[in-house]
Amino acid sequence: MLTCKDFLSELSDYLDESLDAGLRAKLEQHITECPNCWVIADTTRKTIQIYKGMEPYPIPSDVESRLMRALEKKMAAGRK
Amino acid sequence: MTVSSQAGIDEATLVAQAREGDTAAFGELVRRYEGKIFRLAQHVTQSREDAEDVLQETFMKAYEHLDQFQGNSKFYTWIVRIAVNQALMKLRRRKTDKSVSLDDTIDTGEDTIVREIAAWDEDPEQRYSREELGGILDSAVQSLEPLYRSVFVLRDIDELSTEETADALGLSVPAVKSRLLRARLQLREKLTRYFKRKGDDAFAYL
Repeated sequence: MLTCKDFLSELSDYLDESLDAGLRAKLEQHITECPNCWVIADTTRKTIQIYKGMEPYPIPSDVESRLMRALEKKMAAGRK
Repeated sequence: MTVSSQAGIDEATLVAQAREGDTAAFGELVRRYEGKIFRLAQHVTQSREDAEDVLQETFMKAYEHLDQFQGNSKFYTWIVRIAVNQALMKLRRRKTDKSVSLDDTIDTGEDTIVREIAAWDEDPEQRYSREELGGILDSAVQSLEPLYRSVFVLRDIDELSTEETADALGLSVPAVKSRLLRARLQLREKLTRYFKRKGDDAFAYL
């Protein structure tokens, strides 16, 4: 029998779908019987979903122009 | 370096052109990844000023050492490794932060934190405006320990594989996995406050 602690320790791999079929089946069995673990799995899945592929903010224009100035100088000097 | 004609070219070609001395090609690589590198640097250093230094140093070093890029990893993974090293050096120099190493041993498997168990709405993020949501998500990530933050940003925001994340951070695969699990659970906990289904909270005033 799988405990909640066992379930939690495998949660990441379960959500990433990187578990072998046997262990996966055991975890799926566990969440049908344990409402708490079901909620944790569901809300963790949503957490990952919300963050996934979040585009970075455009970098501030002053930061960008300083970066480009520094690089242009570097490139003009040539690579070692 | 304002060349838009490079925008559709694939990464390997740009890298090859840059190695031949094509500065416009290198400029395009910078443009593709500067936002992600700046975000990563901000997440690790938690300082805009340090993040800007890291951003500059990363691309300067990348340009300088372009010959050493093997091409068997993604260009992005390669510059992430440079950026992480630069960011950690900043932290070490600052010395106020005790968790300066990403290699610090942490106990694994124990005390994975789950305090709040409440179901969320089906599309919980729709309760907030784009800006509000961005603020909530950012501050949740910022509140993670540096050890977990870098792993989470690379793995779940930038969508690097476990192996690429391990490679970029100089960590073992098991270390990445255990940190990722904790980061995800901590974030879940923090976001539950905002996203839980109304009515499930016994203490709700509204």
